[in-house]
Amino acid sequence: MDILQLLISGLANGCVYGLIALGFVLIYKATEAVNFAQGDFMMLGAFMTIGLTNTEYMGLPFWMALPISIGLMALFGYLLDRFVIRRMIGESQTAVVILTIALGFVIRFGAGLIWGHEPQSLQNPLAGKELHLGGLVLGLEDVAVIIVTVLLTWALYEFFNRTKMGLAMQGASQNQLAAYYMGIPVKRVQGLIWALAGGVACIAGILFAAKGAVDPSTGLMGIKAFAAAVIGGFGSLPGALVGGLIVGVIEPFASRYIAAGYSQIAPYALLLAVLIFRPHGLFSQVRVKKV
Amino acid sequence: MRIVFKTDYMQDIRPWKDRYQLVLYLLLFALMLAAPFLMDAFYLGELNNVLVWAIAGLGLMILTGHTGQASLGHAAFLAMGCYTNIILMEQGVPFMLAFPLAGIITGVVGMIIAIPALRLHGIYLAIATLAMSILVDDIIVLTEPWTGGVGGKYAPSVNVFGVMVDRWGTPREFYYLTLGVVVLVTLGYINLLRAPLGRSFIAVRDSEVSAQAMGIDVARTKAISFGISCAITGLAGALMGLFAGAFNNETFSVIISIELLMMIVIGGLGSIHGAFLGAIVIGFLPQFLSLSKEWIGAAFGNDNISIPGMEFGVFGMILIVFILFEPMGMYGRWLKIRTFIELFPFYRKDMFKRQKSYLKTERLR
Repeated sequence: MDILQLLISGLANGCVYGLIALGFVLIYKATEAVNFAQGDFMMLGAFMTIGLTNTEYMGLPFWMALPISIGLMALFGYLLDRFVIRRMIGESQTAVVILTIALGFVIRFGAGLIWGHEPQSLQNPLAGKELHLGGLVLGLEDVAVIIVTVLLTWALYEFFNRTKMGLAMQGASQNQLAAYYMGIPVKRVQGLIWALAGGVACIAGILFAAKGAVDPSTGLMGIKAFAAAVIGGFGSLPGALVGGLIVGVIEPFASRYIAAGYSQIAPYALLLAVLIFRPHGLFSQVRVKKV
Repeated sequence: MRIVFKTDYMQDIRPWKDRYQLVLYLLLFALMLAAPFLMDAFYLGELNNVLVWAIAGLGLMILTGHTGQASLGHAAFLAMGCYTNIILMEQGVPFMLAFPLAGIITGVVGMIIAIPALRLHGIYLAIATLAMSILVDDIIVLTEPWTGGVGGKYAPSVNVFGVMVDRWGTPREFYYLTLGVVVLVTLGYINLLRAPLGRSFIAVRDSEVSAQAMGIDVARTKAISFGISCAITGLAGALMGLFAGAFNNETFSVIISIELLMMIVIGGLGSIHGAFLGAIVIGFLPQFLSLSKEWIGAAFGNDNISIPGMEFGVFGMILIVFILFEPMGMYGRWLKIRTFIELFPFYRKDMFKRQKSYLKTERLR
């Protein structure tokens, strides 16, 4: 029973990692860039929702605030692409990485200015309620997190594989110039994907803030989500979720069964091990380039 | 308007272009030598800090600027150099031996780490090094018997050719020690770039495929580049430890790694000048910010503004501006300005234009 309890809480944590990793993968899949600020997007989304819902700020009803904040974050993602990232088309991947790291710094700074540096929690209708299943006691938020994540991953997966837009996004990433020639509006596709990533980050942020507390440096958790994305193979949506779950589950088990001091190493050690032995992740989609 | 005519093959080979350039650098060197007599102890300390950062920047520049491998984990090697130096000295090794050994050991370890890491490229390498940088914090705590863990360690004063050098006791001597290391590293760097090894670094950066076609062993070149880069970073780390006086597991955090990478990007990737220019920005930004805070505070009649985290916010904004508008960094901008002046009426906007590369993935779906 104990193990099962650990497993469930690990899964719920893992889902949040998975959702952030989904954001990485979305952007990577469509533009081959890596958004190191994805964790900070999540933090910003969480704070935006807190700003809309919590009684000490605007005090809107929870279910009304959700779509507004998700929309706002999507808009933020779109505008960011429109005015900043789009200029980077044709520059090296490393330049985009450094740019997004810098964006992360700026977002963290901005959030600290607006909402302060104390950890805050999202007031939500699910808080504190518990679900009794046999001998298990589950927080209702944990259950909600797992359900939302699985649904979202499935929806995005279908979107990428079934819809015209999803295919256009894949095409734009596989060969930008060829996609232009084929009449895919590469720039608009890229804008959309950033908007989508913003929305997904906002959902991750809402779930995270409902489960615990956020402060401006929460965005650094994005590094753990990297581990998730890398384990999943950076480019596979279900892979990102599985990677997130693996990282999420390993953490509570490591802190329980491995000596203190070694336990927080576990996710990163796993990340390095995966990178060394399976450099393109467990769900690899890369073949050696031929000239 | 000064035009360098090529009349001799030596002009391509020797480290300076012409006598004019040589004189400029000698003047700069003389100025640096005179610096302790021109400024007070506080600014000398700041200048010293800048020089230490510049060495670390040179280390990363070899890897990122000249071999094209982005590393987000160089703070790990700073830490390794710092701890190796201090631990060796505690074992009774004199500083003059411990210091180069710290560099060599860090370099060798870096090269060993590089062998698996360099199978990765681009983003994956950046993430692997980032993970490494995070792990170092925990590893330092876990190896407490040697490293002092959370309690940290204190740097003793060191003996350089019979002169006791200490950051606080004898800042002037410490400055000359740093300057000496800077000069040696820089000259070594310049020579490296003239040698076949340095040329092969650049070839690997520009195109791995073409480099391979020219007979360069890409994996070996990358590993050597990683090793040299780590060795220099290790030296910088050793100096940083001595400069800080006290350090523990949190001194060399991931943030330092990121700062280091950002520093060389602001300075200008792929140029030795870039490391120094970036170090100047990093070194003087906190001072500049606190000064401008005071100034703004005085202007608005509110003399106590404190904005936590402002340093990084401003730093991030500077970086964004540079990446968007001047990807070649400060040195790239200076090159443009200089060319504009040198060629006065003939400068054209597209003289430094680079070929854009549109992306193609290696993924299957």
